[in-house]
Amino acid sequence: MSILDYFRSNKKTNTASLAKERLQIIVAHQRGERGAPDYFPKMKQEIIEVIRKYVQISDDQVSVQLDQNDDNLSVLELNVTLPESK
Amino acid sequence: MAQIIVVTSGKGGVGKTTSSAAIATGLALKGKKTVVIDFDIGLRNLDLIMGCERRVVYDFVNVINGEANLNQALIKDKRCDKLFILPASQTRDKDALTKEGVGRVLDDLAKDFDYIVCDSPAGIEQGAMMALYFADIAIVTTNPEVSSVRDSDRILGMLQSRSRRAEQSLEPIKEYLLLTRYSPARVKTGEMLGVEDVKEILAIELLGVIPESQSVLKASNSGVPVIIDQESDAGLAYSDTVARLLGEDVPVRFITEEKRDSLKGYLVANYVDT
Ligand SMILES: Nc1ncnc2c1ncn2[C@@H]1O[C@H](COP(=O)(O)OP(=O)(O)OP(=O)(O)O)[C@@H](O)[C@H]1O
Ligand SMILES: [Mg+2]
Repeated sequence: MSILDYFRSNKKTNTASLAKERLQIIVAHQRGERGAPDYFPKMKQEIIEVIRKYVQISDDQVSVQLDQNDDNLSVLELNVTLPESK
Repeated sequence: MAQIIVVTSGKGGVGKTTSSAAIATGLALKGKKTVVIDFDIGLRNLDLIMGCERRVVYDFVNVINGEANLNQALIKDKRCDKLFILPASQTRDKDALTKEGVGRVLDDLAKDFDYIVCDSPAGIEQGAMMALYFADIAIVTTNPEVSSVRDSDRILGMLQSRSRRAEQSLEPIKEYLLLTRYSPARVKTGEMLGVEDVKEILAIELLGVIPESQSVLKASNSGVPVIIDQESDAGLAYSDTVARLLGEDVPVRFITEEKRDSLKGYLVANYVDT
């Protein structure tokens, strides 16, 4: 694809829908951590560091989510995308 | 008992002061006794937008510190006798706004006024937190743009966890979305997030949509809140917003391209052609 094509195709892309998609992910993420206890960010960072001792991962390959249900029940959900092993 | 409204956003420059001035003026024009307070300590601006900068003698921090009483500091609007302005201080002391001090002043004002409109500074520092702490209603001012929408969501989190209502487990603050600087033409071409997109992302009730408008600069140049300009789209959109705030059911205008304008454009183009 030539540079010209790039600009041409870019012109037609609906950037607003791209913005919407990105925001939906960010907001879901922000809301997941909302209402979490004060120790939460530090704990999340430490969990990531422990995983890093074993596999090479970047911060965005880990999502830690705290769901507070109505009754005194909180669920800590940890999702790690592991790199493909060769 | 007064309703305390905070006009907030997280992100700077999205139109909080423009909206605070317009909404406070609109409420007063509807017969509600209203005071609008500038919480932007060190960066006073509301007085300019309201056109009363030369009448500022005492300010919000003077009242908190007991250096002046409310009657000395409140500025009566020259256009509307139900409207008062409490200007911000130009002090550089960021901690001048204490929870006790702000609470005391708001309690005093609540005895006398129907609405207290708090113009929040940008950010999530002391000034912004104090502006939202005592609120009953939040008007989350947002531009249809990624960083503004994300910051609005951050502020929603603050309203739900760091406010008086949250701390005391009272009924939560009523959260409204005010979408400002909206360009229907750019939404149509897919360059700008639309009303429905932002509503869906933030999932809060829409209070109004204010179009991007040249009348806003004209109004701020002259020190007249844009809602006074009832010939402008932005002025009318703010009037609708105030009506909705008071419970009226008003359809949203100015979210599609004006047909009249494009027709005019078409005629002019043809005229030039021939
Ligand atoms: N609907 C609009 N159309 C065009 N310009 C606008 C509109 N609303 C606001 N503006 C302009 O945007 C700028 C910022 O507005 P304003 O001062 O109200 O924002 P703010 O959120 O109070 O900023 P800050 O975070 O610095 O307090 C001003 O120059 C104002 O004239
Ligand atoms: Mg401002």
